[in-house]
Amino acid sequence: MKGFDSHPYIPDSVPEIQEEMLREIGVASLDDLHKNVPELLTLKEALDIPAAFPSEMALRREADRILSRNADCGKYINFLGAGCWQHYVPAICDEVNCKGEFLTAYGGEPYNDEGRFQALFEYESMVAELVGMDVVNVPTMDWAQAAATSISMAQRITGRSEILIPEYVDPQKVDIISNYTEAALNIRRVKCGPDGMTDLSDLAAKTGADTIGVYFENPGYLGVIEEHGQEIAGMMHDSGALSIVGVDPISLGVLEAPAEYGADIVCGDLQPLGIHMYYGGGQSGFMATRDEERFVMEFPSRLFGIAPTSEPGEYGFGDVAYDRTSFGHLRDKAKEYVGTQTALWGITAGVYLATMGPAGMEEVGNIIMANAQYAASRLATVPGVKVDPFGSVFFKEFVVDFSDTGKTVAEINKALLSRGIFGGKDISGEFPALGQAALYCVTEIHTREDIDELVLALKKIVA
Amino acid sequence: MKRIDRSETVRTGFHQAKWDEPIIYELSTSGERGILVGEPEQVIAGEMAGAKAVPGCMRRKSRVNLPEMSQSRVLRHYSRLAQQTLGADVNIEIGQGTCTVKYSPKVNDRIADSIRDMHPLQPAESAQGILRIFSETEQYLAAISGMDRFTFQPGGGSQGIFTMASVIRAYFKDKGEDRDEIITTIYSHPSDAAAPAVAGFNIIYLQPDPVTGLPDIEQLKAACSERTAAYIVANPEDTGVYNGHVKEFVDYVHSIGGLCAYDQANANGLLGVTRARDAGFDVCFFNLHKTFGAPHGCGGPACGATGVQSELVKYLPAPLVGYDGKKYYLDYETPSSPLGVRKIREWYGVSEVVLKTWCWIRSLGPEGLYQVAKTSVVNNNYLFKKLMELPEVTCYYQDGNNQRVEQARYSLENLEKETGIGTGDIQRRMMDFGMHYWTSHHPYYLPEPMTLEPTETPSKKDIDEYIETLKYVFREARENPEIIRTAPHRSVTHQVDESSMDDPEKWALTWKVYCRKYQ
Amino acid sequence: MGTDMEGVLQEISVDRRKDLKRIGLIINPIAGMGGPVGLHGTDNMLGEALARGASPVAEDRAREALACLLPFREELEVLVPGGAMGGRLAAEMGFRTVRISGEDEAESAASAKAAGPAEGESSASAVRSAAEQETDAAAGTARLYATGRADTVRAAAGLLALLPDERPCLVLFAGGDGTAKDIFSGLGTAIPCIGIPAGVKIHSPVYARSPKAAGRIAAGRLSGEISGTREAEVLDIDEEEYRNERISTRLYGYLMVPDDSRRIQNRKEPAPLSDRDAAAAIAADVADNMERGCRYLIGAGTTTRAVMEELGLPCTLIGVDLVQDGRLIASDIYGAEIETAAKSGPARLVVTVTGGQGFLFGRGNQQITPGVLRAVGRKNIIIIITPAKLAELGGRPLLTDTGDHELDKELAGYYRVITGYGQRTICKVETA
Repeated sequence: MKGFDSHPYIPDSVPEIQEEMLREIGVASLDDLHKNVPELLTLKEALDIPAAFPSEMALRREADRILSRNADCGKYINFLGAGCWQHYVPAICDEVNCKGEFLTAYGGEPYNDEGRFQALFEYESMVAELVGMDVVNVPTMDWAQAAATSISMAQRITGRSEILIPEYVDPQKVDIISNYTEAALNIRRVKCGPDGMTDLSDLAAKTGADTIGVYFENPGYLGVIEEHGQEIAGMMHDSGALSIVGVDPISLGVLEAPAEYGADIVCGDLQPLGIHMYYGGGQSGFMATRDEERFVMEFPSRLFGIAPTSEPGEYGFGDVAYDRTSFGHLRDKAKEYVGTQTALWGITAGVYLATMGPAGMEEVGNIIMANAQYAASRLATVPGVKVDPFGSVFFKEFVVDFSDTGKTVAEINKALLSRGIFGGKDISGEFPALGQAALYCVTEIHTREDIDELVLALKKIVA
Repeated sequence: MKRIDRSETVRTGFHQAKWDEPIIYELSTSGERGILVGEPEQVIAGEMAGAKAVPGCMRRKSRVNLPEMSQSRVLRHYSRLAQQTLGADVNIEIGQGTCTVKYSPKVNDRIADSIRDMHPLQPAESAQGILRIFSETEQYLAAISGMDRFTFQPGGGSQGIFTMASVIRAYFKDKGEDRDEIITTIYSHPSDAAAPAVAGFNIIYLQPDPVTGLPDIEQLKAACSERTAAYIVANPEDTGVYNGHVKEFVDYVHSIGGLCAYDQANANGLLGVTRARDAGFDVCFFNLHKTFGAPHGCGGPACGATGVQSELVKYLPAPLVGYDGKKYYLDYETPSSPLGVRKIREWYGVSEVVLKTWCWIRSLGPEGLYQVAKTSVVNNNYLFKKLMELPEVTCYYQDGNNQRVEQARYSLENLEKETGIGTGDIQRRMMDFGMHYWTSHHPYYLPEPMTLEPTETPSKKDIDEYIETLKYVFREARENPEIIRTAPHRSVTHQVDESSMDDPEKWALTWKVYCRKYQ
Repeated sequence: MGTDMEGVLQEISVDRRKDLKRIGLIINPIAGMGGPVGLHGTDNMLGEALARGASPVAEDRAREALACLLPFREELEVLVPGGAMGGRLAAEMGFRTVRISGEDEAESAASAKAAGPAEGESSASAVRSAAEQETDAAAGTARLYATGRADTVRAAAGLLALLPDERPCLVLFAGGDGTAKDIFSGLGTAIPCIGIPAGVKIHSPVYARSPKAAGRIAAGRLSGEISGTREAEVLDIDEEEYRNERISTRLYGYLMVPDDSRRIQNRKEPAPLSDRDAAAAIAADVADNMERGCRYLIGAGTTTRAVMEELGLPCTLIGVDLVQDGRLIASDIYGAEIETAAKSGPARLVVTVTGGQGFLFGRGNQQITPGVLRAVGRKNIIIIITPAKLAELGGRPLLTDTGDHELDKELAGYYRVITGYGQRTICKVETA
């Protein structure tokens, strides 16, 4: 086998240097280096992968060529959301998360990685304000994981066995939660009413002595703003259960902080806060609770806290309740692990919130709602199209029912695609009862022209 | 005229950037703005209620308490915090043992920028480029491991292990066998036990033999039973010792009906040298953000790509990426088992990390990957040889085995006995020279452990500098131990008083709590 | 002991200044002198050692440790017995001292002669009688260092008798296993302490690795860096067994020692459980798997105590308790009683390692005789060990020394040791 000499990423691949080092080690050749790997397991031929590009430029050229076969939401007008949303990403967010020091840091100490600790402490502090809580974790994988962990935390806190989840929650999220918590608890679904909100009587009927709590979202998966947060929390608290609320954080400049309507654990995805979509690679989950020991001690994630140092006037940081690992080690069924997750997106969300400030968060919420309302009202003018079948107030997403057009969502989306538009997510498979329905997402990035273009296209398609 | 003397190899003049930057809330000035957001377009604003439509009970009562800052001040703040962070771009990464912190090529980051605006639900025909990248990267990993198919859903190494455990659980559920025990080793990563526990498994550890550092097969036999679901192991383990008998272990576990899973977090020294499937493993995972050159990102975004042999493909979480000879598509059919793993992560995985992996592999080719493996082992054994010449450093498990793969765990017990300076002290002092240093997972099986992993990135000169710095600090341990005990001195902050960290009355996890508890 | 303490109290006048830190110091001045001839531990040990030119070592060891506290000298008060038991050394090193018992240097030799041997004492009276037979010089030295074990106990008890806010934050004591036993008799677990290794035999993990290490731990305690404590075993050779040519350490109890396992944080994953939490997790596993109608012999040690705590039952820390169906049947059983318990119906034995060297049987749990082990049967032995304790063994096998070689052989092999809830570790058991 032959190695690549003088590769730019491998300084000691310079043959003379390598020979010198081998002499120092006391072996004759590279072949003598893996002497503990038995002959039987030693690969005899070269790996079946293409030869290296001859230059960095060639790599770039080929990668660009392949990726040019992608369309994206810059080129197309996009109405897809459903958990990954197109929002404006301030340039400063990219500037900060592309800084090599952050991008390539990993497991340093609060002394030499002080900046990482402080940036994440600040992100925790700002998200805590957003959701009205005291404690926020260093981010986890995505919203689904954050929800799964919130539910696991609630299982350990209550010692109970069943979590209630309303019908209108993203099925892939429920799949993730169910795979993660399979060994620990049961999931019971609660009906949603014709208004798209949680059916309170069904919730009451299903709440019992085994109930860990309820996990609901606001705004919900189908866009509806849940108006009964306080009643739901009250119902849970009366039976010794917890209220877990999933949120879209970009809505919280205009929507009430979940803690204000009784949430015990809040979770959500940071992606709307200055993180690109990256074909699903920009997701980043967070959890938040009050500063109560029984909650704090159940976080499986790292929690950065502020502390003095041996130098007066100096801020230091460290891991709070570092030995907080009793979870999952005793009888608790809901065990958890930690590991590399999405810290860089936590820093980015912090940059976003600091840049937006209180005014920016309020303004963007208002623009999003106005644009979404405008889109809904215009779509309603398309023959055979029924918009917002729930008739409830929505934030940035809403259901559009194409049943009466005689066309399937798939057909419509295909036609839209040919016109350079990504139509809303087809949810006719997920929720057949809603008919040929699609979930449309409209945000601050949409212009009136974008929306009018969609409406015009649809009118042609359904005609 | 005499040149400025630069003969000193140890950076005694180093000081990390220290800006004494306040907490961001302290930088707030009422009325300042970081960005203009605008307003709804006129026509829209005229017709639509916007946020006023929010029902009263759900309307936010007061503005969010966020800092009000000009954009330049926000940027300056974060630029300073970045400078106060010791990323791999700015230091000789040898000291973060087990983490495989290597050079992350910048061109890969720039290429990944081009998928920023892709939505995961956009139709496959509009995503042929990225789907091809997924498909080809999967083929490369299959070639490197010998496995049949990979999923990129796991968002990190631990989630990769959880995915392996989920596949194992699905396999036995499908076979109708009630097997609830996972066997692993003490020197495998702690997540090899913790993640399967989430999937409902009980854990059985094998201990290292005090001479070889490896478990012996008799131990494995004592651990195996009709309850054994799988053996999950790293090889080499975190000590850098490779278990040459790994196939016998795998064969034995197979003989009693169990599966074998390979934690390939330590694969850097084995690329193109030996493959998981050749040793008989059924499942494995790679850390794309470590071994395959994607950056660590302060701890993610990341990817723990998980591969399986053909029999287990049907249990993978959907979708996989298929290719019909003309176009790439999301394949929900191949993972066909109704009892299979339903979903690990939203969508298909951390796409930008997969793309960076593709770039990295294609920049190296088969000869380059082989060179990565060989050079990381050369670097490590060179470091090992040099350190073993020092009286302060010892190494266990050397009996007839003076080779390590890509990393090594040393012991500073001699130094500690002589000077009272232990491995934790050395860790803090190394920061004063701009270097990382890592001890070991807890609890320590070896006294005063030190775990170093040079990877292929540092040059011989870099490694020599690290060694010289260690020697300098060892000398200080004798001559001026106080400076080590009170270290760090030239890092960003001094020793943190962690006494409040475990006290619910005193801990402060956010600025608002800090302001509430401390006046 | 009550009357002793009254006397002690009168002697003490603690400086009540709040800004002073207090530390206790108790030296067993003869500890470690029998080194070269320590093989038999006879009465003549000290005399012979002196004759061969041995000199007292304990004070020098203590000096090494105390040197680490010199930076605190101005803010420190050393509570100390008089003379060779620490008073002289502390004063000589310039520490502010408060005497808690004993006499000062000039009186010590005379009083040693006057005092009658205390009951059950060996070394003290032995020292005196041996010393008198030696040359004048040696006898003088011997007399100077002549203290009894009762003096150690009395000094420790004197510290315990102080009001809580007058007590030292740490007691440093220099000696060996016997000294630790005496400190335990006087102090119990009320005040943290750390041993300065000075004796010949040091099996008890209450001792620091070196005098300097002891000093550093004390300094850490004073500076507040080391605030935690943990229980550490007090072990001593069982002399009765020893005369039968068998080394057998007995577990006498526990002292609280500073927990200096430095929190070197591993920033990538959570810390493992503390030893106490780990023991609780193990105990939960044991309790959850207990079978009805089965007799459980549980003990001795802190890990097995966790099982009793989990069951909500009182526990004999250094003995074996009998439990059935969640009820305590008998406490601290031994001899015929334990053998009967093991033989009448299905029985399980819940044990942990004792004695620091990984001993399963034969060190610290002599109640568990070969007869008990045979009656219970190998497959009914439930071994529980915390991960941290297991790590200290570094993968070395667990040892048995039951006194019955055949039995040791039968017990050898691999066991599934409970190391957490739903967590086992394969351990090899071997004959010592």
